Amino acid sequence: MLNTILDAVIQGILLGGLYGLYAAGLSLVFGIMRLVNIAHGDFIVLAAFFVIAFQKFLSIGSPFTALLVVVPLMFIFGYVLQRFVLNQVVGDDILRPVLVTFGLSVITQNGLLQAFSADSRKLNGGIIEVSSFTLPGGIIVGVFPLIMLGACLATIGALQWMLFHTRMGVAFRATSDDTMAAGLMGVNTRHLFSIATGVVMVTVAIASVFTGIRATFYPTSGSDCLLFAFEAVIIGGLGSLWGTLLGGMILAISQSLGSRISPAWQLQAGHLVFLIVLLMRPQGLFPRRLD
Amino acid sequence: MIVNVERSTRTSRISTAVFCVAIVVLVSAPAWAGRGQLSMLVEFFYYLALAELWNLLAGYAGVISLGAQGFIGLGGYALFFFTLNMGWHPLFALIAAGVVGLVVAVPAAAVMLRLHGAYLAIATWVLAEVARLGFSEMTSLGAGSGISLGVASVRHVELPFVSRDGIFFLLALLFAILTVALSYLLLCSKYGLALKSVRDNETSARSSGVNSYGLKLGVFVASSAGMALIGALIYLTKLRISPAAAFDANWTSNIIFIVIIGGIGTLEGPIIGTIVFFVLRQYLSDLGSWYLIILGGLAVVVMLKMPRGLWGAFSHRFDVRLFPTRRRLVLGNPDKVRPPSGDAGKTELAVNPGDPS
Repeated sequence: MLNTILDAVIQGILLGGLYGLYAAGLSLVFGIMRLVNIAHGDFIVLAAFFVIAFQKFLSIGSPFTALLVVVPLMFIFGYVLQRFVLNQVVGDDILRPVLVTFGLSVITQNGLLQAFSADSRKLNGGIIEVSSFTLPGGIIVGVFPLIMLGACLATIGALQWMLFHTRMGVAFRATSDDTMAAGLMGVNTRHLFSIATGVVMVTVAIASVFTGIRATFYPTSGSDCLLFAFEAVIIGGLGSLWGTLLGGMILAISQSLGSRISPAWQLQAGHLVFLIVLLMRPQGLFPRRLD
Repeated sequence: MIVNVERSTRTSRISTAVFCVAIVVLVSAPAWAGRGQLSMLVEFFYYLALAELWNLLAGYAGVISLGAQGFIGLGGYALFFFTLNMGWHPLFALIAAGVVGLVVAVPAAAVMLRLHGAYLAIATWVLAEVARLGFSEMTSLGAGSGISLGVASVRHVELPFVSRDGIFFLLALLFAILTVALSYLLLCSKYGLALKSVRDNETSARSSGVNSYGLKLGVFVASSAGMALIGALIYLTKLRISPAAAFDANWTSNIIFIVIIGGIGTLEGPIIGTIVFFVLRQYLSDLGSWYLIILGGLAVVVMLKMPRGLWGAFSHRFDVRLFPTRRRLVLGNPDKVRPPSGDAGKTELAVNPGDPS
């Protein structure tokens, strides 16, 4: 019994990094330009389909190698999307960004359906997918989930470093605090917003490979990714990437424990934990201190 | 100097007359329309009613819901529960489904309204997912594969001279008229004024003593209960329900596209949007995924280029309002009870010239 719970918690922690990475992208964009991208999850699935497409056309074996193409492609996609579409709706009106990105979500899902059919797909991670080792106590840890956690932690760490140790990060944080004042100080906010969305799309591309290797996906599975990202953000509390990561871990542990009760309870357990947190502690578990 | 407060315009009086004639013609539809036409009209009116309810919530209360399917599905399932498991008459079950929606909406609203804007929107989607997963587990209601309502259960739904399809149609028409009429009355009341002030600037509305939380809560609950009632009617006409269909996110996306294209934050918009939606579907539904890509693209372009939709652009350009909710001060002659208004050349002072509705 105890071992089952411990196993569920460990598997949850390993998966939680990925949810944290989904959520980091969502909350970074929100933090900088007060925009929540409803199509965030669909872009993760879009990137995974790009990986499939490039593997096929360039005869690339590993999905990780395909990232060399997909990462810059997604950066450009994010930059262009922000520059020419989303910048028009950034502002005080809350309706327009939600409804425009919701439209983009439907367009992306149906575009993928048209291009790749409704079949479920999976990326082939090779030998790391089947390798595992046994911890004392008989708990089996896969090599792939471990690499996934490491990669997600590294990506979130890189984002954190960029925010606090580069000139661009200073500009991001200044814009987040006060867009107009940052603009007056010479920050080109339209360009900066576009760079931010580009950077977030890089995290989306990295997340997409792990998403695609970990489980099957299909054109409409982006909705689940969005919900997980959102739940992780709210559980963790707004404003801190590490809080978001912990939120992702709590969500994944809840799902993992729920799936031990019954497979049908996997998603439901995550949703319920999210609702409980919202009810008991609407500011999230680890909100940024007011400084 | 005498100043009268006016709301109606000449156009609105003409259009009210036209609407009344149209309603009389439509009420007689069961007598002349074929089954196919009738079922299309049923669909038209329930989409119109759903769109008006969603628009009231998003366009006026500023609460975007991406989880409308949660209450539609809940209403549908409540109807099936009361007819199949409790053996009630379907029409009583229909009303009971609306009550279930009302009862569930109160705690749901209380939790959801802890969030704002886009996060609130996604949270309503989570709630709909919770409902979908929950009903997928209910074996007494067919679990994941769904359940049918036998024709025997709906046999009693008949009136002298009106067939079952006729009754469904009249109910859909009634719901559509009620949502438009009640929204109009709400917006004309002091609550409507408060609602619009919250939408335009929540901080200043609250500092003027408007209870914005209470307003949002009220509109959320009313609109959710309405959606549950309509959901019950939808699944009464379909006679079959399953979690995947009842809690399908496409319900919400269709409603959103109707409202955006027609004009969010206007009462006329959803009517225009529903007409555009059905016309497009008539010609484009063979295209499969392309149909939704085109619809989504159209909605994005409308949102970027004319945020108040087709109706908003039209009404702004020609100053036409079919359901005028805004009060205007008209310099009037005390002898005339109703001075002419809406004509060019008259001195008019709009109370709030920036109000787009």
